[in-house]
Amino acid sequence: MAIHRHDNHKSANAFMEWVDRRIPLTKVWNEHLAEYYAAKNFNFWYYFGSLAILVLVIQIFTGIFLTMHYKPDAALAFASVEYIMRDVPYGWLMRYLHSTGASAFFVIIYLHMFRGLIYGSHREPRELVWLIGCVIFVALMAEAFMGYLLPWGNMSYWGAQVIISLFDVIPYFGPMLTEWIRGDFVISDATLNRFFAFHVILLPLVLIVLVFLHLIALHQVGSNNPDGIDIFEKVDEDGKPLDGIAFHPYYTVKDIVGVCGFLIIYLGIVFFAPEFGGIFLEKDNFAPANSLQTPPDIVPLWYFTPYYSILRANTFNFFWIDAKIWGVVFMALSIVVFFLLPWLDRSPVKSIRYRSMPFKIALVIFVAAFILLGWLGMNPVTERNTLLAQIGSVAYFAFFFLMPWFTSIGKTKPLPDRVTQHEH
Amino acid sequence: MADNIVSDTSVEDKKRRRFLTGITAGFGAVGAGIALTPFVLSMQPSERAKNAGAPVSYDFSKIQPGQMVKVEWRGKPVVLLKRTEAMMLGLDKIEDRLADPTSLVSIQPAYAQNDARADANNADLLVMLGVCTHLGCSPVEKLTVGPDPEMGDDSQGGFFCPCHGSKFDLSGRVYKNVPATSNMEVPPYKYDGNVITIGEDDGRTA
Amino acid sequence: MRKLITAFFAMMVTVVAPSSAMAAGGHGAVLDEVHMNMNDKASLQNGAKLFVNYCLSCHSAAYSRYNRVAEDLDIPLALLKENMMFATDKEGDLMKSTMPEDDAREWFGIAPPDLTLVARVRKPNWLYTYLRGFYQDESSPSGWNNSLFENVAMPHVLYELQGVQRLVGKVEAAEAHAGDAHAAVTDGTNPITIVGDVKFELEHPGKLSPHEFDVAMTDLTAFLTYLAEPAQLQRKKIGVFTLAFLVILMGLSYLLKKEYWRDVH
Repeated sequence: MAIHRHDNHKSANAFMEWVDRRIPLTKVWNEHLAEYYAAKNFNFWYYFGSLAILVLVIQIFTGIFLTMHYKPDAALAFASVEYIMRDVPYGWLMRYLHSTGASAFFVIIYLHMFRGLIYGSHREPRELVWLIGCVIFVALMAEAFMGYLLPWGNMSYWGAQVIISLFDVIPYFGPMLTEWIRGDFVISDATLNRFFAFHVILLPLVLIVLVFLHLIALHQVGSNNPDGIDIFEKVDEDGKPLDGIAFHPYYTVKDIVGVCGFLIIYLGIVFFAPEFGGIFLEKDNFAPANSLQTPPDIVPLWYFTPYYSILRANTFNFFWIDAKIWGVVFMALSIVVFFLLPWLDRSPVKSIRYRSMPFKIALVIFVAAFILLGWLGMNPVTERNTLLAQIGSVAYFAFFFLMPWFTSIGKTKPLPDRVTQHEH
Repeated sequence: MADNIVSDTSVEDKKRRRFLTGITAGFGAVGAGIALTPFVLSMQPSERAKNAGAPVSYDFSKIQPGQMVKVEWRGKPVVLLKRTEAMMLGLDKIEDRLADPTSLVSIQPAYAQNDARADANNADLLVMLGVCTHLGCSPVEKLTVGPDPEMGDDSQGGFFCPCHGSKFDLSGRVYKNVPATSNMEVPPYKYDGNVITIGEDDGRTA
Repeated sequence: MRKLITAFFAMMVTVVAPSSAMAAGGHGAVLDEVHMNMNDKASLQNGAKLFVNYCLSCHSAAYSRYNRVAEDLDIPLALLKENMMFATDKEGDLMKSTMPEDDAREWFGIAPPDLTLVARVRKPNWLYTYLRGFYQDESSPSGWNNSLFENVAMPHVLYELQGVQRLVGKVEAAEAHAGDAHAAVTDGTNPITIVGDVKFELEHPGKLSPHEFDVAMTDLTAFLTYLAEPAQLQRKKIGVFTLAFLVILMGLSYLLKKEYWRDVH
């Protein structure tokens, strides 16, 4: 029988033996769960990876049920959402789970990225894990942006109008490109239809594939830990790391606690504050799209506001090129810089626990700038706000472009031999 | 080995562990079941569908004896047939050829479980879903008594399903040896003078 | 490290602080606070009655169905059919106005907007202030104006209840927000009411006293709030059970985690 077995994973019983000879179930289970060794000192920040997968599943699941009732037609879309909210049994629950889930996804992704940043998970050998993660982040932004058009509220309409018009600044090709994206001269039924196709088919597929690659890349190099040291340098006679524990059962049972904690907050919002003070569901979006009436303040959803602020901040015509073009360039750059992080960071250590003071100061400034920009993006432009946004934008980019410098100065703390446990 | 971080678990521990795993998994499974419920329920007819499927009313005094009209209710054709005396008499003649002459395995309100399959107050008025009980086609009416290519030489009139050849009498009762095995369904209905309301009978049994 | 965590949560808190900008009616308009109780069925029923009698002839609530409103607000179906529905409607029909849109455009210059979601767009305090802010204004085409929504096309359809108000002028911030029963009858003169930051004099009293009218408008606002999201009556109840269940599940899973992690030294 020409069945080759390259592994020594023992099947649990005769039936699994039969299965394993045909599909490597036990092997996959062991390599990715039961014998996947992760440092024993994961803390709070390490919940967000598994939570991100949970939210992806929630979004896909609720999305499927919403698709059963939603109508991607400019004349029907708005009413079909209200139909879901009123006439479909528990339709309101599905809609709120999905709309709150979108915001929850970004909260989790931002915290997950921040975890990577502070513990150096972007550093060698995990550069590809980080890069694939950045692609996931961009795909998620596209997914959220297109999904936001679907309720066909007035903010959906004008938000899409403004963001798509950004492509207008591209020299020569811009206007042609925006018409091509919209399929019309304004946002219209054609735009809604294609966004629907992208939102429910293309991007979910892309996201699933990317998440799969993200995990494969992670499991190839192993998980980082809050100390940023390699647990595989100290192994026992079987080759198991002394500071490593099997992901299953230890981290699976721990993640269940995290999942419960997350669900309490998430469902608390779904059931008691689904609009979340106008942040998760904006009030202008409860009026149907009206191509003749712009809402008084066009605000993107909160997760885009830092980049939106950077877009609006620039008022200078650098090198005689129009300020508007630079705004778009800076906004694009503010997302692209995340991709460069593994090569901008020159520190001899990975974790914030052993980093030098300059890095810690820079990080605090960056976080403050990010929050400031996010807040400004939700508020109207004033002279003061524009100045603040300019300061915030400079701080934002300084963090990345000065990183090669400030990560190579200052005194880092000596790395421990073995992982340390601060909270357990 | 002192450094080994995973220690052996005693028998006592294993029991406790199994218990906690069981109760957490059980609780989680119950939670998952509850969480799935609204999703399952969301696939039921919505309020819009229910409203579209609301009872329909029809003034049946316009229907002449021997005449048939079709009314739409919940997207299905409802047959309203006012039978002549001859048609009513014909019902008895063919009972030995029917699969369910007393409508035991068929669907109808209690007040329509009789030979005429109709409310005793208007026994000549047949109210029935014009849907074949085999695979849901709409049978063709054969209202004339006498030889018919599909219904047979001694036909007393009836309904013939063109899809797979099922035959029914003028009460919608199914013949033996045809693909359909039960009589055509009678929906709930009620009268208010000359107006019949189909889809609602206020729970009456007679 | 802790600082960073705090900083990140501070971001979430900043994000939550709602921006107070108000659409049409002006940025930073002074609004009266409405004290409504969404569990008070009598109040919601009264609001429904007002809505059907005064609003529905011109405005639609075209995403809402009569029988759903009746069911949610404990209104008997027979009463609903008799008093609230147009004769041609079925009880499960959408609450559509009978006014043809083109006629409305001709009469008011604008089609009356659908009101199903108005409470989610405008928010309850805005509605409560707006509904009480109509006053006589000979210079406007309809003869009416509104202190919150200047030159609004809608005439004062509730004047038979409220009476006819005349604008006195703006008041100081301290005087605004005087509460809901801020009618002060002084000797021999007309009652004075303050709506938002505007003072009115009641020239011709209506069927209701100023206080009764405020209560009626509270009921109407409560009904519109319900109408904008019928699920709100249901979702909080389900939410309590869901969270209670999850707290227990979290407790159990924490015990399970602790049990397994006794292995880890």
